[in-house]
Amino acid sequence: MITLNVNGEAKDVDVDPATPILWVVRENLKMTGTKFGCGVALCGACTVHLDGKPVRSCSTPVSEADGKAITTIEGLAEEDGTFSKVQQAWVDQQVAQCGYCQSGQIMSATALLKNNPNPTDEQIDAAMAGNICRCGTYVRIRKAIKTAAGTSSETQEA
Amino acid sequence: MADTKTSETAPKKGKWTRRAFIGAGVVAGGALVIGVAVRPGNPIDRLSPMVAKGKGEQLINAWVKVDADNIVTAIIPHVEMGQGVFTSLAQMLADELDADWSKVRILEAPADAKYVSHDIGREFLAPNLEVPAILEPTVGGTFLQLATAMNLQITGGSFSVRGTGQRAMRVAGAAAKEMLIAAAAEEWNVPAGELRAENSMILHDKSSKSAPFADFAAAAADQGLPNKPKLKSPKDYKLMGKAMARHDIPEKSNGTALFGIDADLPGMKYAAVKAAPVVGATIESMNVDTAKSMPGVLQILNMGDFVAVVADGYWQAQQALGTIDAKYSKTEGDTLNQDALFARYATVLDEAGDDDGDIETEKGDVTEAFAGAATKVEAEYKVPFLAHATMEPMNCTAWVRDGKCDVWSGHQAPLMARKAAADTLGIDTDAVTYHNAYLGGGFGRRSENDAIIMATRIAKAVPYPVKMIWSREEDTMHDHYRPSATSRFQAGLDKDGKAVSWSNIHTHLFDPQEAPTVPYYNIANHKIRKIDVPTHLRFGPWRSVDHSQHGYFIESFVDELAHAAGKDGYAYRRELLAGSKRHLAVLDKAAEMAGWGKPLPEGHGRGIAFVPSFGTIVAEVAEVDMTGAKPKVKKIYVAADPGFAVNPDGFAAQMESSIAYGLTATLYGEISVKDGAVQQSNFHDYPILRINEMPEVEVGIINGDHKRLGGAGEPGLPPLAPAVTNAIFAATGKRVRELPLSKVDFA
Repeated sequence: MITLNVNGEAKDVDVDPATPILWVVRENLKMTGTKFGCGVALCGACTVHLDGKPVRSCSTPVSEADGKAITTIEGLAEEDGTFSKVQQAWVDQQVAQCGYCQSGQIMSATALLKNNPNPTDEQIDAAMAGNICRCGTYVRIRKAIKTAAGTSSETQEA
Repeated sequence: MADTKTSETAPKKGKWTRRAFIGAGVVAGGALVIGVAVRPGNPIDRLSPMVAKGKGEQLINAWVKVDADNIVTAIIPHVEMGQGVFTSLAQMLADELDADWSKVRILEAPADAKYVSHDIGREFLAPNLEVPAILEPTVGGTFLQLATAMNLQITGGSFSVRGTGQRAMRVAGAAAKEMLIAAAAEEWNVPAGELRAENSMILHDKSSKSAPFADFAAAAADQGLPNKPKLKSPKDYKLMGKAMARHDIPEKSNGTALFGIDADLPGMKYAAVKAAPVVGATIESMNVDTAKSMPGVLQILNMGDFVAVVADGYWQAQQALGTIDAKYSKTEGDTLNQDALFARYATVLDEAGDDDGDIETEKGDVTEAFAGAATKVEAEYKVPFLAHATMEPMNCTAWVRDGKCDVWSGHQAPLMARKAAADTLGIDTDAVTYHNAYLGGGFGRRSENDAIIMATRIAKAVPYPVKMIWSREEDTMHDHYRPSATSRFQAGLDKDGKAVSWSNIHTHLFDPQEAPTVPYYNIANHKIRKIDVPTHLRFGPWRSVDHSQHGYFIESFVDELAHAAGKDGYAYRRELLAGSKRHLAVLDKAAEMAGWGKPLPEGHGRGIAFVPSFGTIVAEVAEVDMTGAKPKVKKIYVAADPGFAVNPDGFAAQMESSIAYGLTATLYGEISVKDGAVQQSNFHDYPILRINEMPEVEVGIINGDHKRLGGAGEPGLPPLAPAVTNAIFAATGKRVRELPLSKVDFA
């Protein structure tokens, strides 16, 4: 039995310590916001935070989470459901299309803004280049990150 | 199962095409042969148990219900795969209904034959067919019958808004409004003409009376369906034409949106699969000694064409699958290699006589015109197979028990998925319940039934619900690919550089009815032929279908003609489009947005391309920086005329999306084959455009004809590749005649 700290809650799971965090979160904890995309840390769909740092959960064994805090997409909003600044910017800029990669995109963007509240265009591209979006929402991801950073006043007509 | 490929591909493609429809003998030579059919009455008694189960909910007609809290729900017979169709179709229905948008909800129609729409059949089978009003009921009934027979509840062809939206959603909204007003007129004992609807209320201005829709919902449902509900004219639109926020974006921003892969059932197990690397091969032997004793492993299944490991968890299943060493049967496909593939195309084209192949379109006499031309231009272009690479790998969950089956997935054609599961099990379709979820990318891939069939076969072999997930490697290696093709052109120009003959012959694997290769340009003599060159690889519709390759071929060749004529690509296209007002407006807008003709930095180039497809006219201008080791696409200007953009922001999003999808193909996209097997497996060798390579995109929309709407999901793609390669030519003088660009040496 392994005790994990997921989104601030202690969770006991009975799994092989080599199991990637992705499958523990999705199958054992039934939190399906974190997605499987490639299995080898190439696409970023599975991005979660370990102690605030973005990691590819498909390639990170759950044993590495020992003593650390896991944050998933489900843990970003306030308890009453109010979206985080990044999530709200994603809605304001109408980013998602199919939406499958967006949990990972939002986790990467959240980590970026935590370390660098006012990223330049180049810094945004560099930080987000590990997250593939097949629908090509990149133009709006850039805008949403700037909206969340407060460096862009541009909002969509809604 | 060696026959999977043939049984899945050949007949199914035919079903959606006009040609198959003509083959069915219903339309001959464009004239309708009227079948015996009656337009059905209001079907709400049959539909309510499926879609109006909530307390106080009243179905008004097939597509709209109202509950006690005055919430209006639009029932949408299409699937959401990121194109925003739930929102744009609901906008159309709610606008005609004069519903309060803040109280509109959306429900995906169940996968049931009763939710087949004759409008879907009509738009797929006979687009732009005009019939006299007197025949409408019979024609509608005919298409309903056909659509039902074909399980047409499909999302594709960029036609949801232009087909279902225009012909079903708006009509349903307008009809529901008239039914509510009629019910209110009875209740208040006033003439219906004195009543109006606004914000989900019925108003009687004379007496200042007003009441919510909900008060009249039950009585409205008893009203007869209006024969010809009055639709709004554009000046009265309140929701259509506005950039309404998408309904599905909040749940896609907090992790709660459920995709096919998120299906969860009590006692569910997980299956990892590996198919024979060469399509058509079967497993001859496999060593499962290690796998069978690995933790969590429940079953190892030799399914003939693939092996499945079923385990308590997916990772356990994958680990065990990785230890299995299988030997496969030899097939004819084993000898195919990438070079041989294009060599085969070349041989077939070399050997084709003047009358070989199928003529797609012919006008005038190309032979004579070419012989007399002042300038002759010839070129050959090639494109490879392409994978769809949806972010959500193929998956399906199935549960077979007691002679019935439940299936969960994200599929573009839920009724076809249901039928595929039923056929696999040899049971009646009514014994299968299909549950659709959001699609983590569709692009045509999720119109295929292979994953549904595989999961159903696995489920049949186990006593519990089972979720089958393909690895990314399986997804890449066993796609139904965009066909590779070679296309050869020959054109003659007169002494002024005007094109007088245009001959084109191309290899093909797909029904061209999806993508007419007719040049939309005004050229007096043309002849376009296709010639079949089959391979064992599976192919299927890929975003914009055949337009994806023919847009590149045609627009590259037109650019070559412009160059041969000593003219600029924009001006040359203008001449060829002379007289086509809407076409010219789009071309001009793209050029104007891009500042066509203005100087660019040294080593940069501008290219233009123009492709009308799926009812939408699109021109794109690319700006490319060729000063580095490889091309850098800086900016794309898109001008598009979809007739009328129901949701302009959603339309712009689809243009941005098509550019990213098309640019991946242009820069990197290549599925190649070695010894019959696909060589690519994951994003390291099948790279996808990343954010640092995404150009800026500027979209300009022209609402050129509000009566005839075009699609949004696909038409932005075909002009992208040629706009980029034409820009490369402008910058470097190097003509790119084979994609992807990663294979081209620009040193």
